[in-house]
Amino acid sequence: MADTSKRPMVRAENVRKRYGANEVLKGITLNVGQGEVLVLLGPSGSGKSTFLRCINHLETINSGRIYVGDDLIGYREANGQLHEMHPKDIAAQRRSIGMVFQRFNLFPHLTALQNVTEAPIGVAGIPKAQATERAMALLKRVGLEDRAHHYPSQLSGGQQQRVAIARALAMEPSLMLFDEPTSALDPELVGDVLEVMKDLARSGMTMIVVTHEIGFAREVADTVVFMDGGVVVESGAPAQVLDNPQEARTKAFLKSVL
Amino acid sequence: MANPQHQAESDIVAKPLRHPWRLFGAVALLLIVGAFVWSLFSAKTIDHTVIVKYLFDPMILQGAVLTVWVTAVSMVVATILATLLAVMKLSENPLLRIIATGYIEFFRGTPLLLQIVFWGYLGIIWPNIVVSVPFTSIVLFNQPTSNVISSLAAGLIALSLNEAAYAAEIVRAGILSVDKGQAEAAKSLGMSGWYTMRKIVLPQAMRVIIPPMGNETISMLKSTSLLQVIAVAELYTVANQISSQNLAQIELLVVAGFWYLVMNTILGFPQRYLERRFGRGFEVGGNSLTRTRKGTLSGGHV
Repeated sequence: MADTSKRPMVRAENVRKRYGANEVLKGITLNVGQGEVLVLLGPSGSGKSTFLRCINHLETINSGRIYVGDDLIGYREANGQLHEMHPKDIAAQRRSIGMVFQRFNLFPHLTALQNVTEAPIGVAGIPKAQATERAMALLKRVGLEDRAHHYPSQLSGGQQQRVAIARALAMEPSLMLFDEPTSALDPELVGDVLEVMKDLARSGMTMIVVTHEIGFAREVADTVVFMDGGVVVESGAPAQVLDNPQEARTKAFLKSVL
Repeated sequence: MANPQHQAESDIVAKPLRHPWRLFGAVALLLIVGAFVWSLFSAKTIDHTVIVKYLFDPMILQGAVLTVWVTAVSMVVATILATLLAVMKLSENPLLRIIATGYIEFFRGTPLLLQIVFWGYLGIIWPNIVVSVPFTSIVLFNQPTSNVISSLAAGLIALSLNEAAYAAEIVRAGILSVDKGQAEAAKSLGMSGWYTMRKIVLPQAMRVIIPPMGNETISMLKSTSLLQVIAVAELYTVANQISSQNLAQIELLVVAGFWYLVMNTILGFPQRYLERRFGRGFEVGGNSLTRTRKGTLSGGHV
């Protein structure tokens, strides 16, 4: 590739995932370049969240390969043979992949600040003073420095999700995964979270976002991928997929959400 | 919704609803309890001076101290063991699961009294404890069992091991009560399984674990009286020894019962402290911005 800034950060090759006899991913192949924002669209049950969770090995895949940077996720390959990875090594791989969940999943027994500093101090071994300083900077970035000492139960949904984004960023990931980050929010709180995500995209973060926010996709995405029934139906630039879809299933979906 | 202006004008003034049956019930209860206490105290068969004499008897007090000590040590050991067993039972490792399940079934499935006697009589089954290197004549350790395991040690072992089996199920229930999303979030941040358990899951599980563990502690305090069968000088044993000499059985039961009741009442305080400590971030009315005493809510909606 000529443009070195767009070298693939994520490479998924023919990824398949089964639950028993039910195949939810039927061979997903896609690349995400460094600094690129990829938005995954699709009806519920299309496999987009499952695919996202495969990228940081919260789900194991049944066939195919997923690479993040140069790392094969979840396995070690030697002489054409795959070996299961030790949990310790999987944990190490996950440190460079941030994830934001639909239900926030903040740690309710810790304050906003402690939520952000827990992993840097306990996992990355960063001194407490330094971790706290960085956490405060991140909370400021998401507009919540005055909420640092509040517990999650004292924050609104939108505020909780922004703390969750700060928490993921605290490990300085090279890739951020967003699993329907605004779906559990009251409509008036969605904007603040999307604003933080746009800011993050502008700063050059590589992002994969599962969402139903078509406006966000149009404005921020470099690539939009439409999934249905465990396969990629259509992908391309937002203008192409959103405004001029070629496939009937894409057209039907867009009509239903717009 | 309420109109604040209207509310400010006049607070509601209403005659409180009367509850005549509550008063009647209270008076009836007082009479019944009073009659019972009176009949107990006026009974010619009970010598009250003996009760008063032994209430603060040094031997009785020493027995009570030992009871508290045995309870505390057994509960601490049992809790640590229980946490280990609970994690083992939830582990992906089938061997660990089988060991934990087998342990819990065994210690819950046999009477505590039987287990206490077993540990007390260990010296009859194995008169000597010998540790040697297999297939050689090297002996690392050889002592009479009764030297190694005193009756107090046997009691502590019996109570701890038995309690661990019950507490393990309480800890397991606590762990299962924590939302799975918590462990996923921890994993996604690169936390190891053990770190996640220690720092994320267990602190949240504590909320569910503490109330039943308070129950277990109360139960343990009373179960220590079973150690009488292996002659551990705790409260009940001491009371029993005294009464076997002065034949004032009922009086000394009252003395022992009094102290058990006092100790169990005091136990409620640390439980309330722990419940508040691990309840942080889970307060009802989570929008209250300042932590306040129970009953008052301050702060507003965010």
